[in-house]
Amino acid sequence: MTETSTSTTGAPAAGEAPLLDVDNLKVGFATEDGMVQAVDGVSFTVKQGEVVAIVGESGSGKSVTGMTLMGLTRGPNARIQGSAKLNGQELLTASDNDLRKIRGNRIAMIFQDPISSLNPVYRIGNQIVEQIRAHNPDVSKHDAMEQAIDLLARVGIPRPRDRARAYPHEFSGGMRQRVMIAMALSCSPELLIADEPTTALDVTIQAQILEEIRTLREQTNAGIILITHDLAVVADIADRVVVMYSGRVVEQTTLDDVFYDPQHPYTWGLLGSITRVDRDRNTQLPAIPGQPPSLLKPPAGCHFRARCPFAFERCTEVPPLVSHLPDAPDHLDRCWLDVERKRAVRNVDGEIALLNAKG
Amino acid sequence: MSRFVVRRLLTMVLLLFAISAVTFLLFIVALPGGNPASLIAGRLATAAEIHLINVRYGFDKPIYIQYLKTMGNIFTGAAYSYSQGFNVLSQIKAGLPATLSLAFGAGFFWLFASIVLGTLAAIHSGKYLDRVLTVLSMVGVSMPPFFLGALLIYYIGYKTGILPIGNYVPLTHNPAQWFWHLLAPWFTLSVLFIGFYSRVLRGSILDTVNEDYVRTARAKGLSERRVLVRHILRTSLLPIISLWGLDMAQVIGGGAILTETVYNLHGVGQLAAQSIGNFDTVTLMSIVMLTALAVVIMNALIDIFYAVLDPRIRL
Repeated sequence: MTETSTSTTGAPAAGEAPLLDVDNLKVGFATEDGMVQAVDGVSFTVKQGEVVAIVGESGSGKSVTGMTLMGLTRGPNARIQGSAKLNGQELLTASDNDLRKIRGNRIAMIFQDPISSLNPVYRIGNQIVEQIRAHNPDVSKHDAMEQAIDLLARVGIPRPRDRARAYPHEFSGGMRQRVMIAMALSCSPELLIADEPTTALDVTIQAQILEEIRTLREQTNAGIILITHDLAVVADIADRVVVMYSGRVVEQTTLDDVFYDPQHPYTWGLLGSITRVDRDRNTQLPAIPGQPPSLLKPPAGCHFRARCPFAFERCTEVPPLVSHLPDAPDHLDRCWLDVERKRAVRNVDGEIALLNAKG
Repeated sequence: MSRFVVRRLLTMVLLLFAISAVTFLLFIVALPGGNPASLIAGRLATAAEIHLINVRYGFDKPIYIQYLKTMGNIFTGAAYSYSQGFNVLSQIKAGLPATLSLAFGAGFFWLFASIVLGTLAAIHSGKYLDRVLTVLSMVGVSMPPFFLGALLIYYIGYKTGILPIGNYVPLTHNPAQWFWHLLAPWFTLSVLFIGFYSRVLRGSILDTVNEDYVRTARAKGLSERRVLVRHILRTSLLPIISLWGLDMAQVIGGGAILTETVYNLHGVGQLAAQSIGNFDTVTLMSIVMLTALAVVIMNALIDIFYAVLDPRIRL
C-alpha cells in the first residue's frame, strides 16, 4: 500500500503551537489472518480550548485513534507508527511510567458506556480519590475525598457528600457519565478525549452531558477531542471536524464548512443520512449503500471508491489530504473530483447528500 | 442480615432433614448386609436373640419411628455404633482436630498457591510460563492423593528421612511436630486443587481484563500493579472463592479419605472409610450429617464474603 508523502496538517496557526499534534499516525493489529490497519496515516491538531470532533462510522478507526493517544492500544500485537506530541512531548514512544503520569493527569478520557466504565465494587468517591492520589500521592485521603465531593457538586450531582458513598449501580447512566467527567476534571487535564460520551444516553441527558463538557472546557481551557458518529452532537459543540473513513482522514475543516461546503462524497453521505423530523415520513431512511471495506485487505487507492457513485479511474490512486480551495487552505479533503463538479453533484433535492443514497 | 440468618437456618434444617432421610433409607433399609440386629447379635445368634434385639433397639418399629429415634440419638450424642460399640459422637470428636488441621492448613495453602500461579499464568497468557503452568496443572489434577502420598512417604519420608512418615501429632501437644507431620498431607491434598483452581482463576482474570472499568483504571493513570490487584483480581477471585468454600466443607466433613488414610491421620475421613467397611451405618450417617452441616455453614460464610467483595450482592 503506497501512502503519498506524510499528509499535511494544514498551515500551522500563526504564532500558536498546537496543544496536540498528531502526524501520520498508523495503528495496526497483527491477527491470525494478517495485519488489520485500523488507523492508516491520521494527522490533525488540537489547540488549547478547541473542540475537535472526529466523526465516522463504526470501524473507521476513530476510537483506536483516541485510545492510542492514551497508550491504551499498546500490546504485543499492536504496530504503532507516526507521531503524536502533547505540548512537544512524544506520546507514542513515551515509557510506560511517563505515560502513567500523563494518563488521567494531563490527558483525561471519557468512555462510551458509563454503565461498565466504573468499577462496580468501589464507592464513587473512592474511585475519584484513587485518581487524585495516583498523581498527587501527598494529598491525604481525607483531603482527596473533600476534593472529590467538590468535583461531584461541580458536575451537578445533588447531595454530593452522600452520593460519594454510593456504588455505581446506585447511579443512573447520565449520573455515571457525570462521575466520569468529574474524574476527568479532577486533575485539570490539558486534553480531554471523549469517546462517544453521549451515545449510550437518552437525548435529554445527552444535552446535559454536552453542557458539562462545554463547562469543563471553559473552566480548564482544555483541548477536547470528541469522538462521535452523531453529527447533531458535532453541530452542537465542535469547532473543527475531522471526518474519518476506514482508517483514514477523508476531510478536515471547520464546523461550518462541514455542513455548508463539504468536499468529500463520504461526508455528503453522512450529512444525507441524518434523520430529520421535517422530512416526509414515507420516504425510506437514507443510508450510504454498501459496507466499509475490510481493514485486513483494504482496496488500493481511495477506500471509499467501492461505495462512491462518482468513482473514476484515478481513484485507484490514494488521493492526498490537501486543500483544493484557494480561499480555505485549512479545508483538507482526500478526493480526486474537481471542486466545481463536487459542488454540482452533491446537491440532491436542494440538500447536500450522496446521490444514490436517496435512491 | 437477620433475614439472611433466619433464611439460612431454615434451609439448613430442611437440607439436613432431606440428606438424613436419604442416607437413612439407603443404609438402614435398602442395604442388604446392613440388618443392624444381626450385626449386633453376631454371627452365631439365634432367631430368638435377634428378635429380642429387634425389640430392644426398636428395629421392629415403623421406619419413621426408627428414623426419628436414630436422629435423636445422633444429635443428643447418645448414638452408639452397632457393630463396634463405641460412642459415635466421641469418636468423631476425636477425629476432628486432625481433619480440621488438614483442612485449614491445606485449604489456605492451595488457595494462596492457586492465586499466585493463576495470576502468573494470566499475566503471561500464551507465553512460555503459561504453557509450563498449564502442563503442571494437568499433572496436578491427574495425580491421585494415594499415588502422590505414596511417592512422598517413600522418597521424602522413608528414603531420605526429611519428613516424618504420616501420623498426627495434636497441636496442643507439640506445635512444631504438628506442623512437621502435616506438611506432606497438606501438600498432597493441595496439589489436587491447585491445578484446577489456578486454571479457573486464569480464565476469570482473562475475562476481567477486557472489562471497561479496567480500561478506565488504566486511563486514570494507575500503576499496572494497582490495576491488577485492585481492579482485576478483586472481581476475578469470586469464582474460586465459592469453589473453595464447597471444597473446604467437603474436607472438613471427612472428604479427604484418601489423604487421611495414606498418612494415617485418624481423622474423620479415615473414620468414614472404616465405617463403610464395617457396615457401621450410624457412624456413617453421623459423618454425613457433619458434612452437610459443614457445607451449609461454609456456604453461608462464602455468601457473606461475596457480599463484602461485591456490593451489588444483597444478603
